[in-house]
Amino acid sequence: MDTEKTRTASGPLRVGDGKLTRRLLIGIVLFATLFVLVAPLAAIFHQAFRHGTAAYLASFADPDTRYAIGLTIFTALVVVPINIAFGIAAAWAIAKFRFPGRGLLLALVELPFSISPIIAGVAYLFVYGGQGLLGPFLEAHDIRIMFAVPAIILASLFVTAPFVARELIPLMLAQGSEEEEAAVTLGAGGWRILRLVTLPNVRFALLYGAALCNARVMGEFGAVSVVSGNIRGQTNTLPLQIELLYQDNNAVAAFAVATILAGVALFTLIAKAVIERLDANAVRRAGGAGH
Amino acid sequence: MSRDISRVIPGFPLALGFTVLYLSLIVLLPLGALVWQAADIGFARYIVIMTGPRTLSAFRITLTTAAAATVFNAIYGLALAWVLVRYEFPGKRLLDALVDVPFALPTAVAGLSLSALFASNGWFGAPLAQLGIKVAYTPAGIACAMAFTSLPFVVRTVQPVLEDLAADVEEAAATLGASDGRIFRTVILPAILPAFITGSALGFARSLGEFGAIIFIAGNLPLKTEVVSLLTFIRIEEYDYPAAAAIAATLLGLAFLLLLAVNLTQLWQQRRYGLAK
Repeated sequence: MDTEKTRTASGPLRVGDGKLTRRLLIGIVLFATLFVLVAPLAAIFHQAFRHGTAAYLASFADPDTRYAIGLTIFTALVVVPINIAFGIAAAWAIAKFRFPGRGLLLALVELPFSISPIIAGVAYLFVYGGQGLLGPFLEAHDIRIMFAVPAIILASLFVTAPFVARELIPLMLAQGSEEEEAAVTLGAGGWRILRLVTLPNVRFALLYGAALCNARVMGEFGAVSVVSGNIRGQTNTLPLQIELLYQDNNAVAAFAVATILAGVALFTLIAKAVIERLDANAVRRAGGAGH
Repeated sequence: MSRDISRVIPGFPLALGFTVLYLSLIVLLPLGALVWQAADIGFARYIVIMTGPRTLSAFRITLTTAAAATVFNAIYGLALAWVLVRYEFPGKRLLDALVDVPFALPTAVAGLSLSALFASNGWFGAPLAQLGIKVAYTPAGIACAMAFTSLPFVVRTVQPVLEDLAADVEEAAATLGASDGRIFRTVILPAILPAFITGSALGFARSLGEFGAIIFIAGNLPLKTEVVSLLTFIRIEEYDYPAAAAIAATLLGLAFLLLLAVNLTQLWQQRRYGLAK
């Protein structure tokens, strides 16, 4: 908006609008981006198809790889809905109400984002491991959490807890509560307001948060590698399978498996672009109500 | 604003109760257990663990490579944000989408890809080898992995601030005859500085804890290319839980310090612009 105004105005140009600076900066950034962001993406597919499509497809015949695909999808199917529910609850509490400790709660919601996944894994070991806080209790009742699927799910829940909440909270704060208040005066209950008023208003942010959460669950490596025990065909998710194949010197298979996760990442980014466009259209149709 | 009206909206006890319960079980319980384990080993033993040559070298390597990655991302990230906000050019939307690749791409995949790029026959490794530069299995490789995974932080924190910057101050300065460099230093830089610092600190924090991308390219030699997160992992595999607890708790403390610094920076920003949100 501002740039268009500047260009049509006859007044002075803004900083860096000189032709040389402009071309130089765009050129340098695009050139650097080729190396920093494009090459790593391209290398995955290049390596995966280095020995042809047949070798690529053969990588997926490995039963351990198939198991890892199944376990990864299962983990995402469990974790993403739980963190969607958590994100909506946290956003509802933080964006619609004022209460003491609200700032602290917001910081807590975002905390996992700043903590190394390795720390998360180690912390879970100290709760559910044999020498952990609940270790003796779990052992006495013959409940197995560590080095099994439940630990993978718990560690994934930790790592991806902020994703949906972080998309919803700023948007719901910006939108305010007038529509919900109107719904209350019309006699609507809480669940009805959530379903018919709040969620439709934030649907794009919710979708994007869920897509990000999904990509991160499927790709989580550090936390899961501490708590899973890395047992082939039992507790190996896709990223762990990639590492195992790489250590087995099976590069083509490692990169073939990596293309699945790279595909999920690319799908997430495309979804973001589409959602942003839809969102902009929705705002325009609503007469720019958001601004 | 209107406390009474917002009280009318239902669902507060349920939403808050679920949020607090969930955070307690999923976030606070494990972190508490980690602190409890670390406190359990006693101060004297903590010092012995933390001053061991392997621990010290892991922290030295991690801090220096993370600093190098942060400097690179500060410069490249600022340039990216500037180009994305200030200029129109073909492929701009694609470039904007590409910035999110390191966040969306799993770290293990990034590490695998970087290891292929910097291998002695790789796209980057082969030409660099001719120049006598080795990146894989050196600290430079660690810094590359950190730089890749923490790239979006500076871009995504600086970008919105740069977008909101009003044109009039710049134009006024230009009318008064100030050069571009001077306007950037005295008008633009101070305005984006808090966001710039925040983004850099978040990227630095991310680099300190990075694991997946690094282990593929670092070679993981003790005392040479072993980072803190990997050493923690190795101690766990050796069942040396006290050492793992001490190192992990220290890393957690560093993360908290950085978060505190970020929050203070944001407070400073709000004070300066008088927006108490």
